[in-house]
Amino acid sequence: MTALWLVLLIPLAGIVLMALIGHLRQAGWVNVALAALTLVASLGLALDVFAGGPLLSPGRMLYIDAFNVYLVTLTAFVGLTTAIFSRPYMQHEVETRHISKRRMRLYHSMYQGFMFAMYAALTTNNVGILWVAMEGATLATVLLVSLYRTPEAVEAAWKYFILCGVGIAQALFGTVLLFFAAERVIPVRDDALLWNVLYSSAAQLEPTVLTLSFVFLLVGYGTKVGLVPLHNWLPDAHSEGPTPMSAILSGLLLNVALYALVRVKMLVDGSLHSNLAGYLMMGFGLLSFTVAGLFLHRQRDIKRMFSYSSIEHMGLMTFAFGIGGPLATFGALLHMTVHSLTKSAIFVTVGHAAQIAGTQTIEKIRGLIRTQPAVGWGLLLGTVAIAGFPPFGVFVSEFLVLSATMKSWPWLTVPLLVGLAIAFAGLFRHLHPMVYGDAPEGQLPVRANMLPVMIQLGLVLWLGIAIPVFLSKWFEQATVLISGSSPL
Amino acid sequence: MELGQLSLYDQAILLFAAIVLFTSFVMLAQARIVPLIHTFAWQGTLLAVTTALVAYATNHPHLYISAGMTFLLKALLIPWMLHRLAVRLRIHRDVEAVAYPSLTLLAGGGLVIFSYHVALPIVQLSALITRNTIAVSIAVVLLGMLLMITRKKAISQVIGFMSIENGLFFAAVVSTYGMPMVVELGIAFDVLVAAILFGVFFFQMRASIDSLDVDRLNRLREVDR
Amino acid sequence: MTDWLMALAQTLLFVAMAPLLGGWIKRVKCHMQNRAAPSLWQPYRDLAKLFRKHTVLAANASWIFRATPYIVFGATVLAAAVVPLVAVNLPTAAIADVIVLVGFFALARFFTALAGMDIGTAFGGMGSSREMMIGALAEPVMLMAVFTLAMSASTTNLSEAVTYTLNSGLVLRPSFIFAALGLMMVAVAESGRIPVDNPATHLELTMVHEAMILEYSGRHLALIEWAGQLKLMIYLVLVANVFFPWGIATEMSPDNLAKGLVAIAGKLALLGVLLVTWETVMAKMRLFRVPQFLGFAFLLSLLGMLTRVVLESGL
Repeated sequence: MTALWLVLLIPLAGIVLMALIGHLRQAGWVNVALAALTLVASLGLALDVFAGGPLLSPGRMLYIDAFNVYLVTLTAFVGLTTAIFSRPYMQHEVETRHISKRRMRLYHSMYQGFMFAMYAALTTNNVGILWVAMEGATLATVLLVSLYRTPEAVEAAWKYFILCGVGIAQALFGTVLLFFAAERVIPVRDDALLWNVLYSSAAQLEPTVLTLSFVFLLVGYGTKVGLVPLHNWLPDAHSEGPTPMSAILSGLLLNVALYALVRVKMLVDGSLHSNLAGYLMMGFGLLSFTVAGLFLHRQRDIKRMFSYSSIEHMGLMTFAFGIGGPLATFGALLHMTVHSLTKSAIFVTVGHAAQIAGTQTIEKIRGLIRTQPAVGWGLLLGTVAIAGFPPFGVFVSEFLVLSATMKSWPWLTVPLLVGLAIAFAGLFRHLHPMVYGDAPEGQLPVRANMLPVMIQLGLVLWLGIAIPVFLSKWFEQATVLISGSSPL
Repeated sequence: MELGQLSLYDQAILLFAAIVLFTSFVMLAQARIVPLIHTFAWQGTLLAVTTALVAYATNHPHLYISAGMTFLLKALLIPWMLHRLAVRLRIHRDVEAVAYPSLTLLAGGGLVIFSYHVALPIVQLSALITRNTIAVSIAVVLLGMLLMITRKKAISQVIGFMSIENGLFFAAVVSTYGMPMVVELGIAFDVLVAAILFGVFFFQMRASIDSLDVDRLNRLREVDR
Repeated sequence: MTDWLMALAQTLLFVAMAPLLGGWIKRVKCHMQNRAAPSLWQPYRDLAKLFRKHTVLAANASWIFRATPYIVFGATVLAAAVVPLVAVNLPTAAIADVIVLVGFFALARFFTALAGMDIGTAFGGMGSSREMMIGALAEPVMLMAVFTLAMSASTTNLSEAVTYTLNSGLVLRPSFIFAALGLMMVAVAESGRIPVDNPATHLELTMVHEAMILEYSGRHLALIEWAGQLKLMIYLVLVANVFFPWGIATEMSPDNLAKGLVAIAGKLALLGVLLVTWETVMAKMRLFRVPQFLGFAFLLSLLGMLTRVVLESGL
């Protein structure tokens, strides 16, 4: 229980601390330390849950089960590696792009604020608080997207703010409808939004209202997941904000939004006894998957390109959760993990690549492997991993999702395979000249810490070759929770 | 049952709900910035009054707190902030060119019908005295979106955004007599922070594109040309 | 028989009172704008003067031009006969249908517009086209407002509708409020008042109704002016009696009738003041803004209808 509170309190304290000292040179280290402490706390929490099963805090404010505890740990881990990357990266940005000290304070404070919002959204037991935390995550990151204050950055931030704000407003309406349905069957009013209470009385919830509620929640949290056609904010916010921001947006925020969606789906499935929610998620997922794959080809900005890749993978996960069987769910959970790890590693590398070339335009990034081999190899391996090459973990999870699709919807394997091929082609036609092309005159290496990238890619590789026993057990528990039966 | 058989307070709830809807339409039609802010403030006030009436008529004292919070936030603080920003950014005398005003209003009427249709299954399930206003609350949400779509000035879009929030709050009040207090506090906090951030954004926007016209934010495209 | 006499008397009273209402409005307006006010009876004197004067006809005026004043006046008087003024449940109640009322107005408007074009002057044609535009926009508003009322009262009969509101007592009906506001805006537009038209101006850019009747003189002009005053009164009486029917006589006893008379006089006086206040604070709007004005009126009556369906049904 202490671990649980620590996971929330460390970033909360971090907000205040960073607001005071965020401009100092050492603030980057403090940021790393805070993230590391949170990771330790989250590991403690994971052990607690692993040993003792689901955890309900006194007062029933927080609820931890296998599904969210694994996401908490993942979040803490990616939070730490991104913080490690962020320190030298932001230092470089301060030196070259003249970010004022005040803005660094804002940056660090909001970094912790964002992490806090993520943990709050994951651990809360209350659907309403989940909404508040998701909106809080937008509010924390929106000023970071506009950190550089260029017209493009301000535009991206405004789009992000407005689209996500309006989108998430739909989710609030969905939450109100959920409360409306729940209040009719749950005697104590204040209990009617608690996950644990809701799950136990899911079967009595009114199906019509719940369907309506799910549609609104899907649109709302779907905007945050970046589902097409609600994705417009995502490439802009990713490309114009500072790169560590892109890494945690892509690696964490999208996951947490999807987590919210899956939680709701579990509830709706319990009430509807039909797979309506699943069909909706499959439709949106497949659409996002295909459209984003096509858009990949037309990008000139490297961060935009990889953000479309994020949309594509989120689409695939949404699709897999929509299919809903144990195999697909297991695949989706694994994909969530490997995508988070790989994508944040890629964004870290891309950040360094952009610093080497002094631009984010793909055409001007050339010859990375000659100038700075570590960055070049990082980008190459990351892209290979995200494109789903064996033996990386993405291959395994995609393979699982494909086989699950083959089992229940054979025809849909065709668009999936075609989509994967399109995305693969899109990534590699841009990647090849960036990594191998001739380096322009006078291109110099930058100070880069490639350790977190290598750790993350190494983990993805490990997950591709053999999933460790404790992790597979963990996934299995989560799968049972979500789909109702075990994949093994 | 006939409207006349309800108690006067219940009738007043319906009446005020209708006027809240009306303010949404007035906002759609209002092209000048300061009157727009004032209309928004009136909507907040009416919302607070309606909430207080619901609290009284249905004997739910916790709604008084929500009503007070709404009044402070939506009728006083946010309009005051917006007004001050408009004056400081010297846009308070601006008149916005609203394209197709009549068409917009008609579309608004269509949205009300649509909300009625959406709310119908919920209304049929509910036994609350306020259940008929659920459709109105959805309509306020949708009309807020319409406002955001039809306007180009950042400040009008913010008002549209806040009006959506108004509609959501209204939905919570009339369909379930308000959300649990902890959630409501959280939402109010988010709205407040959002309002402050919007203010920060106005300055950033003016510093970077020298205008508050959202139309001028057109550098980023889906695919590069 | 006495009932028919009563109906006749009420119509006559209606026709006779219309110039007085016009005089009242003019007087209040003068006071409000700090001008020396004409006497209450001035409209009567004007009408009498016009009736005494010679009628000048253009050489190319056809029978339409000559017949129009009588048709307009006749249609308006018939419309007045349909509207309950002092008492309800008169024998005319059977034909006291709102759609009939709208029909009478449409007939009058149609002939005024024809007459405007008949002479062939530029102003007449311009006025007619403007009038038809306003009419085309105002009529749906009025019908919509009336239908909102009809949905609650489940009748389009004016007399029954008045009885319905009277019987249901004080009910806060959002739909009625919106419909009443919409109807008032139509009344303003249809009777040629500010901000849609200015009855006191002959400036070619702005006039609408005046442009059509520019060629009329003598008793023709008197009839048309009178019909105009009647029309305004009909609208005000509609608003007063349909939405606030309290005081209207339901039985034919003398004291009831007296009470009804006082009530309607008071309500009309009040509405007159309201109208004047509105005209004083508003500026005449450009003609191109009129569709917006009426569009807003339409929105109000539409909202009336919508709130009727959304809020007031299925309680």
